[in-house]
Amino acid sequence: MEMELIAITILWTFLYGYLIVASIDFGAGFFSYYSMLTGKEHTINQVINRYLSPVWEVTNVFLVFFFVGIVGFFPDTAYYYGTALLLPGGVALLLLSIRGSFYAFANYGARKSRTYMFLYGMTGLFIPASLSTVLTISEGGFIREVEGDVVFLPWNLLTSSYSWAVVFLALVSVLFISAAFLTYYAHKAEDGPAFEVLRQYALFWSGPTILASVWVFMALSRHNMTHFQNMLDIAWAFLLSLACFLGAVYLIWWRKGLGWAFILVMLQFAFAFFGYGSSHLPYLLYPYITIQSGLTHSDMGWALILSFIAGFLLLVPSLFLLMRLFLFSARYVRGK
Amino acid sequence: MDPTILSRILTAETLAFHIIWATIGVGVPVFISLAEAWGIYKKDPHYILMARRWTRGFVITVAVGVVTGTSIGLMLSLLWPRFMQLAGNVISLPLFLETFAFFFEAIFLGIYLYTWDRFKKPVIHWLTSIPIIIGSSLSAVFITTVNAFMNTPAGFRLENGELTDIRPLEAMFNPATPSKVAHVLSSSYVTCAFLLGGIAAYFLLKGRNLEYHKKALKMTMVAGLVLAVATAVAGDLSGKFLAKHVPEKLAAAEWHFETRREAPLILGGYLDENNEVRGAVKIPWALSILGKGSPDGEIIGLNEFPEEERPPLYLHYLFDGMVLIGTYLILISALFLYAWWRKKNPWNRWLLRGIVWGAPLSFLAIELGWMYAEVGRQPWIIRGVMRVEDAATTADHVGLLLMVFSLLYVALAVIAVSVLIRLFRHKGPEKEMEERRIIL
Ligand code: HDD
Ligand code: HEM
Ligand code: HEM
Repeated sequence: MEMELIAITILWTFLYGYLIVASIDFGAGFFSYYSMLTGKEHTINQVINRYLSPVWEVTNVFLVFFFVGIVGFFPDTAYYYGTALLLPGGVALLLLSIRGSFYAFANYGARKSRTYMFLYGMTGLFIPASLSTVLTISEGGFIREVEGDVVFLPWNLLTSSYSWAVVFLALVSVLFISAAFLTYYAHKAEDGPAFEVLRQYALFWSGPTILASVWVFMALSRHNMTHFQNMLDIAWAFLLSLACFLGAVYLIWWRKGLGWAFILVMLQFAFAFFGYGSSHLPYLLYPYITIQSGLTHSDMGWALILSFIAGFLLLVPSLFLLMRLFLFSARYVRGK
Repeated sequence: MDPTILSRILTAETLAFHIIWATIGVGVPVFISLAEAWGIYKKDPHYILMARRWTRGFVITVAVGVVTGTSIGLMLSLLWPRFMQLAGNVISLPLFLETFAFFFEAIFLGIYLYTWDRFKKPVIHWLTSIPIIIGSSLSAVFITTVNAFMNTPAGFRLENGELTDIRPLEAMFNPATPSKVAHVLSSSYVTCAFLLGGIAAYFLLKGRNLEYHKKALKMTMVAGLVLAVATAVAGDLSGKFLAKHVPEKLAAAEWHFETRREAPLILGGYLDENNEVRGAVKIPWALSILGKGSPDGEIIGLNEFPEEERPPLYLHYLFDGMVLIGTYLILISALFLYAWWRKKNPWNRWLLRGIVWGAPLSFLAIELGWMYAEVGRQPWIIRGVMRVEDAATTADHVGLLLMVFSLLYVALAVIAVSVLIRLFRHKGPEKEMEERRIIL
């Protein structure tokens, strides 16, 4: 494989990792706030806290990895996106800061306050919304280069139906992924009442997820025809994604194989996400940066790839240990 | 105001805030691990409790460190797009490696926090603290090499504005790296020794005459003296590095205008309208010794540099402040250890007060040191290669961002401190020992 493909595959894979772990986290924030409002707090909060508290910092690093990595492999992105995204990026950072500090202040630091629960729940929705607009922007039409200066066109973004379709998809996906995972986790914890509540959430959000996907497809065909054509060429990936989705809903509905159900959800998003990503190529920012034009010098590129391999060898056993202790340890999950 | 000035303010503010928590993040795990190891070895539950309580506070500070670190990481691209574009080509390797150090630290921090009683052998729990230390110290090392690169860029060539001949390792191990890494690490460790020692001394002063706090104070002060000396030695190396590679920074800090041998070190004082030094203490030859290691070493003066490439002269006070505090830390910890060793009274109230002061002072030294290092690079963002104003964003709205983030940092600081206070006032070590049925 050529270097630019290796690089974008690494980055995209970590972004996918972030999509999954962060969705679990964001959705959980929303559910715990919602359950507080409806008085079901005690049923599900324990399940949520037990999994999330040990891993939230790791979740954050996935994001840091992505934005440091993309600047390393494709330095031009720093210039274009950096200049254009000052305000949206600032907003996303602010929300991430509020959320990150929540864990420390509310979870470890004694009592929970209602305001903090509210902020925690709401940031869980707004962060995915603001991060997903970066993908929208990469489709082109929202950034223009005028006499050597990069300008951002926020009005175009706010009035584009494609942009809203993506935001909507991001929100419902977050809730669906999260609910599917927590259903599985509650089941493992043998926490019947929490399981029932979370299963309902998962089923409730499954429908909107599919609707949103279809909407995004249609909106994209109007926004960027080339990309839409590329997607049709690999329609099989999206059909597989749909099949995984149906399988997952089937299993959750019949309360069977919940671990498999969550794996199917992960596959559903993997097919869709990688399908979307590969049909987006070669553009990183349409039409200004491609993975070839934006690539760093080859010596730096190889240095990064080598260090990635070394780091990865360190990372995998550590992550495995973390999961053994907090995810697959039945004793821990049940709170013993 | 123009975006460049605002970007500088926002960057300076974010970094100055991040460095407080990052320093705690680098240093405190070392002491947590030390306390737990000593407790296991001596079978002394006091030390284990110490490790537990420090960890609990540490989690809160880490969260603020992570939040502000994420901000600065993304902000570098938002505020300095041209800089990051160039940096991405030449110095992205350590930035990338740093994320692995973060991963490593984050994973094992999660494990360490939630497995206190899960292993049969306590040693196994202690072992999980080692990767935390490695991860956090390595993240300091990697980011410091990036900053070192900004001071002495290396590992590439510029031909007609094009970057060629990129050598990532050479960029990372540039001339500033060794002394800078040594000084940043040792100063982070010593600061945390005084932070934890200062807290113990504070409680002893409040009349909680507990064995627990006495043990904590002894342990941190032994480490504190060693580390304070190491910091001074590393600082001396930094001075020698500056004299050789970045002479204008040293000269500006020392108001050293004419190149000469047997240069004196100037402490305090002020400059009159003719740039004559007034009211300062002059230590003969000391600058030559600091810079070159011998009294007749030649120190390059500021007049050798074009006016517009000289850093501002107030650097002098920043440098003096840092060195003064460094000396103070050595003296106060040495005094405590002397009193303890000679069986005088190490719990003397004035001595304890002096140690309490060591905590805020060492943080002040960190801030002064960074301001010295960063402002001393002006007007360059990458010395000799790129000026600050050419790197900054051209976007509007930096002012708005500055306002919002200033509020955020104030809020974070207030909440973090009040949560910490509540956490520890709520339950003193006396009560916790009772609850855990530690019988002495
Ligand atoms: C507890 C903190 C602390 C203490 C007590 C000292 N320093 Fe320091 N100093 C730092 C914390 C620090 C720092 C925050 O770590 C800096 C800022 C940038 C850097 O590389 O390290 C620094 C920078 C710094 C530099 C500039 C390096 C550069 O710009 O490349 C010099 C020359 C010194 N120091 C010298 C000293 C000397 C001679 C000290 C005598 C005791 C001393 N420092 C004490
Ligand atoms: C964490 C400790 C650090 C602190 C406390 C710190 C402090 C500062 C301060 C006070 C300024 C403002 C200087 C001025 O406006 O005159 C500044 C500027 C800056 N620093 Fe640092 N710095 C730190 C480390 C770093 C590192 C590791 C990097 C790079 C990776 C960096 C990148 C910058 C940039 C890009 C600017 C803006 C340009 C400039 O004004 O020079 N800093 N920093
Ligand atoms: C421009 C300079 C800097 C940038 C861009 C930066 C970036 C970051 C980021 C993104 C994080 C969060 C990582 C996570 O999600 O876990 C972080 C945390 C951290 N940073 Fe910084 N950092 C800078 C300066 C420094 C310096 C100078 C030091 C050490 C002297 C340092 C030490 C740490 C440590 C130890 C952490 C881990 C969190 C903690 O334990 O508090 N950083 N930094």
